[in-house]
Amino acid sequence: MNAPVPGALTSSLLYLDGVSVSFDGFKAIRGLSLTIEPDEMRAIIGPNGAGKTTMMDIITGKTKPDVGTVMFGGTVDLTKLDEAAIANLGIGRKFQKPTVFDSHTIEDNILLALKSKRTVGKTLFWKTEEPQQKRIDDILGIIRLADRRDRLAGSLSHGQKQWLEIGMLLAQDPKLLLVDEPAAGMTDGETAQTAVLLKEIARDHSVIVVEHDMGFIRELGVKVTVLHEGSVLAEGPLDHVSANERVVEVYLGR
Amino acid sequence: MIARFLLQNMDRRAGIFLAILLALAVLVPAANLLLPASSPFHVPTSTLALWGKYLCYALLAVSLDLVWGYCGILSLGHGAFFALGGYAMGLYLMRQIGTRGVYGNPVLPDFMVFLNWQELPWYWWGFSSFPFAMLMVLLVPGLLAFVFGWFAFRSRVTGVYLSIITQALTYALLLAFFRNDMGFGGNNGLTDFKDILGFNVQAQATRAALFSMTCVMLAAGFLIARGIVVSKLGKVVIAVRDAESRTRFLGYRVDRFKLFVFTVSACMAGVAGALYVPQVGIINPSEFAPANSIETVIWVAVGGRGTLVGAALGAVVVNGAKTMFTSGFMAPYWLFALGGLFVVVTLFLPKGILGTAEALWRRRRKPETMPAAEPAPAE
Repeated sequence: MNAPVPGALTSSLLYLDGVSVSFDGFKAIRGLSLTIEPDEMRAIIGPNGAGKTTMMDIITGKTKPDVGTVMFGGTVDLTKLDEAAIANLGIGRKFQKPTVFDSHTIEDNILLALKSKRTVGKTLFWKTEEPQQKRIDDILGIIRLADRRDRLAGSLSHGQKQWLEIGMLLAQDPKLLLVDEPAAGMTDGETAQTAVLLKEIARDHSVIVVEHDMGFIRELGVKVTVLHEGSVLAEGPLDHVSANERVVEVYLGR
Repeated sequence: MIARFLLQNMDRRAGIFLAILLALAVLVPAANLLLPASSPFHVPTSTLALWGKYLCYALLAVSLDLVWGYCGILSLGHGAFFALGGYAMGLYLMRQIGTRGVYGNPVLPDFMVFLNWQELPWYWWGFSSFPFAMLMVLLVPGLLAFVFGWFAFRSRVTGVYLSIITQALTYALLLAFFRNDMGFGGNNGLTDFKDILGFNVQAQATRAALFSMTCVMLAAGFLIARGIVVSKLGKVVIAVRDAESRTRFLGYRVDRFKLFVFTVSACMAGVAGALYVPQVGIINPSEFAPANSIETVIWVAVGGRGTLVGAALGAVVVNGAKTMFTSGFMAPYWLFALGGLFVVVTLFLPKGILGTAEALWRRRRKPETMPAAEPAPAE
């Protein structure tokens, strides 16, 4: 899956070039270019309004860019697809505010996310087969919620909901995971565990993490992209970008 | 596969409900037909007719609960699907009158003769056949729901906007069916029915059979709705209700799931209407009145949203109360009672009668577990 596809324009998994979008005249993204390699984990930081969430909206099909190229796997133009089609291509998204299905059990949350045919007919006559059940059990183990599987997701703490949502992403088995502020509102212990979890996932998935928490990014130890006013300000290891004067000025200094 | 689908995860509540319906289907007609009028267990034909009507409403309520309670689509126009099913049945019953009408025309119903129409309009063709009419009972409401839902759900119309459009839909149909030119009897509607499948609709035995049929169809409707909501599709639909965009980002085409549930529900409402018409003996445009659809929402809310059994229970309880309040000295106060009931339920029993009873029952037994489908706050 990681070999370059024949006929591909690029070997990158995700390729954004010259992307711009504006809402009512406000340019949320201006000329953004970014590439993510297969199995790469990338951290994205930037002050509020830098366009981090809008960038995720563009990749997942929620927002259509005014101009620019968004290619997935070298051959697929994401700007022509809707949310469901993009999700089924293998792009999973975790929201900033943990969004799980509160009135479903934890196990059912994973079941709903589990990679499978999403048609009406297939879901109506669905029967969970043994390998699928095993996969659900595995994921429940990874996110440390196996003993609570029959509890309603609404009864979980904030941190546990974040993990459940990461578990749902794992169940989707996407090629690329977009994770929006996974450590927001977590205790220090939970944050550290989340970093371990994400690093585990990044071994065989590409991951984009949007995060404000500098300590968390240091723990991830990955390449960092700094966004500012809708375009890339700096890119490189954390120590390198945090030494950049412009970055300090717009973001870290505050 | 169908039996497995309908009977998967059968629980006690569903079992009890089905057992009650089966008992009603057998015992009530038996008590009506076989016992002498002097027996204390005799069921008068008027009571049988009244309860037959309640059970048609119960099926309508179950169909609404499927879309509102589980999918979060607050349809304020479900009465339209009910009435269309009723009209399809009415057309069949009109064609059975034959030469026994006032004008004795073998083909044209009385109102067409009165309007000087020379021939039967094309959309009446085929309705002299019972199987064709039954097909239309499902197809007409189903097709309308499909086309309406196709546009509404694809354009992502949700919440109160969707509710308003459904309300407009039923109101538009009300106005259309009032017109004589529509060819459905104008404001008088269709009535004066004689036979159904060769049996006199007024006969006691026919009424008893219609009652049994209503019980059976309510049970069937309930089983289908339950089969849907306990399947994985049901879980998807609840997920759509609680977090629509999350479901979309998981790769589910939300509009298709909504469309499926909405269409199934409309077919079910059509069947309820078709059973209703021969039992009350008339169908007219007032069945499209927006107030009817809103009342249906109240039944479901009172009984317990997202429980199916509760919806059926709510329909019977509210209509039982309506019968009590609209006769005798309390008659002027029915609408106050209905409004009061809705306020009380919203404030004190947000989960309805069944949801509240269940919560109490569970608290007494096991404080740990929680209901599987807890409806989100009303829209």
